Amino acid sequence: MLSRAKALWLPFFCTLIAVITICFTGNSRADEAKSLADNPALEAQVMNVAVDLRCLVCQNETIAGSHADLAIDLRNQIRDQLQQGKSKQDIIDYMVARYGDFVLYNPPLKKNTLFLWLGPFALLVIGFTILLRHIRREQQLTAPLVNSSTDIARARELLKKPQKELE
Amino acid sequence: MKRYLPLIIFAVLCVFLVIGLQLNPKEVPSPLVNKAAPDFRLPILNDTKKEFVPADMKGQVWLLNVWASWCVSCREEHPLLNNLAKQNILPIIGLNYKDKDGPASEWLINMGNPYQLSVIDAGGQVGINYGVYGVPESFLIDQKGTIVHKFIGPLTLSSIQNELIPMINKLKAAQ
Repeated sequence: MLSRAKALWLPFFCTLIAVITICFTGNSRADEAKSLADNPALEAQVMNVAVDLRCLVCQNETIAGSHADLAIDLRNQIRDQLQQGKSKQDIIDYMVARYGDFVLYNPPLKKNTLFLWLGPFALLVIGFTILLRHIRREQQLTAPLVNSSTDIARARELLKKPQKELE
Repeated sequence: MKRYLPLIIFAVLCVFLVIGLQLNPKEVPSPLVNKAAPDFRLPILNDTKKEFVPADMKGQVWLLNVWASWCVSCREEHPLLNNLAKQNILPIIGLNYKDKDGPASEWLINMGNPYQLSVIDAGGQVGINYGVYGVPESFLIDQKGTIVHKFIGPLTLSSIQNELIPMINKLKAAQ
């Protein structure tokens, strides 16, 4: 059982720890939070452009999501250009001029990306063709070999004939 | 024939896999190749009152090498650049990318200086204009100021002998 003095101290102590923790974590994130606090609307616009661009250092991350130095520089670049009144397309063109189509998460339809865009559809068509042929063959195999009375009559006729005539 | 078809398809896929594994995804083709080298005006390291512009090199085949004292692979490349500079094949200009002047100067004193001069790109803006994303990078620039080739990552003995030097010879012969 806690004494009365201890019971009073415990919440106070917990609060103190919580305050210290918040202060310290708040501190370590000060760099990132600062620009957001300045102008959240602009920051949202920056991120809107940055999510469509690939970070060239960490190739599976967007410029919005990467912590690489270059990504931070490019986010600053996007921010500056937005402040100068450039459009999203202007900024994307700017990046493509420097880093190539690879910087785009959504590659444009070009001669060298034709296979990338049309390949899956081509594979789909090939797959369907194979499937259809397979189904047809299966149907032919399971279809009754003799299906009409005339066929049966013809077969009987043929069986009656001597072997030589058949050849 | 027909029963071997799955095997053939599998073999073809294997060939694609082997080719794919040998490609380097870090080597992104640069859109700047065969275009004019982006212009800049930057102060010269250890001589900051003077500035350098790419037009200063007009009429020469030259190499723009992006380096930094914090860059680990540059350490690997540096002796090769020293060697290349000694052979007097072409002038090498350094682009000191996002570095501090103090450590950069020290680095050149300790490791040797293969550069005719190095320019200071502390903010990295010129680096962005050149599409730099992995230091070291080297740009081979011809007499007219056109980028002929971009080497991404450190130059190696083989890339110098088998790619760089033949390209330089071809450019000099074409003149």
